[in-house]
Amino acid sequence: MAAATATRFCQQLSSVSDMSPDWTTKEVSTGTTIMAVEYEGGVVIGADSRTTTGAYIANRVTDKLTPIHDRIFCCRSGSAADTQAIADIVTYQLGFHSIELDEAPLVQTAANLFKASCYRYREELMAGIIVAGWDKRRGGQVYTVPVGGMLVRQPVSVGGSGSTYIYGFMDSNYKPNMTKEQCLHLVSGALSLAMERDGSSGGVIRLAAISESGVERQVILGNQLPKWSTA
Amino acid sequence: IKYKKKKKEWQTATTIIAVEFNGGVVLGSDSRVSAGETVVNRVMNKLSLLHDKIYCALSGSAADAQTIAEMVNYQLDVHSIEIGEDPQVRSAATLVKNISYKYKEELSAHLIVAGWDRRGGGQVFVTLNGLLSRQPFAVGGSGSSYVYGFVDAEYQKGMSKEDCQQFVVNTISLAMSRDGSSGGVAYLVTIDEKGAEEKCILGNELPTFYDQ
Repeated sequence: MAAATATRFCQQLSSVSDMSPDWTTKEVSTGTTIMAVEYEGGVVIGADSRTTTGAYIANRVTDKLTPIHDRIFCCRSGSAADTQAIADIVTYQLGFHSIELDEAPLVQTAANLFKASCYRYREELMAGIIVAGWDKRRGGQVYTVPVGGMLVRQPVSVGGSGSTYIYGFMDSNYKPNMTKEQCLHLVSGALSLAMERDGSSGGVIRLAAISESGVERQVILGNQLPKWSTA
Repeated sequence: IKYKKKKKEWQTATTIIAVEFNGGVVLGSDSRVSAGETVVNRVMNKLSLLHDKIYCALSGSAADAQTIAEMVNYQLDVHSIEIGEDPQVRSAATLVKNISYKYKEELSAHLIVAGWDRRGGGQVFVTLNGLLSRQPFAVGGSGSSYVYGFVDAEYQKGMSKEDCQQFVVNTISLAMSRDGSSGGVAYLVTIDEKGAEEKCILGNELPTFYDQ
């Protein structure tokens, strides 16, 4: 009786695989928070910077905002390997298409290319991607391609594990026709709230504003993050 | 031999919130009870009375939560007769915590206990999984995930009673619009020195946001 209790007690004290740390067996994941907002004349995108393998933070300064073309970016969440591979493939496909077309590609085209890969290989992949950018025809656009391979255009979109915590904040604070500064403020505020609550999100906030004139990138370091009264 | 499909258990997978203000507390909840995909009750009041000025908000398994609330209601009545005065909120929360902790393997319910007493004013206690902790505000239930960011951003210390009520209504409304397991109407209970005031806000009177 005493031996049985002791075994049970010991089992509860230590985790499942005691022999080696969990990051030797877990896949690298950008469990994350990503966000994109349209404004008049462009888009603002943002992401945290944490990549985890299990409980270990493999990279605390990751750049999850990946350029696909001059004025088209994608925000990556899910498996780091899957999203990097898809982004590389789409970058190639879009570059080729742009040369054939002899003009800058549409954001909608980039989004459809992501969707095509994510949907075809939906059983093998774990990737949630937000495609955002500016083109001449429709201005700033945000398209979300979540796990499973759906495609839908939204004025504002959040993704990644941390996104659940900021749906309420986003719904209450987003208003149509905001300026670029208001969008930057909204994105950095939302990301810092998500990073506060989600263990898989953290580090610094990377922001980018894409418009006709180009791409402006900035980084908000840990000590400069927006603060809230409960923090 | 017939194979009987196991009945889906009734869940108040839900959104509940409680906030302290100077002089009392405000509790809020949605009203949906689901069994799998079906909504079995769309007007359930999840704010349950434990004593005159102490309420609790129910979430998780409907049966478990209701039973805990009834047991604590009885125990508090006995306790308040023994001590000859109104019980403390901390006592109510401790009684809830004792049950939640002792039977934590069998139960799956989370109750937030909030109320007013003479000694400590308005107080909110969480009893998740058998811990006991006092907090200025607390959210719970499946819908709470979606509003953590909102409550972190919008909560200010030292809000007035009306501000708290508006804060609670906004939070419940946002959670209901995002969480499939929350919906219906919003119930509000405001407890202060004078007593408890119950209020029901219908679906079409709830605040709406940009995509509604």
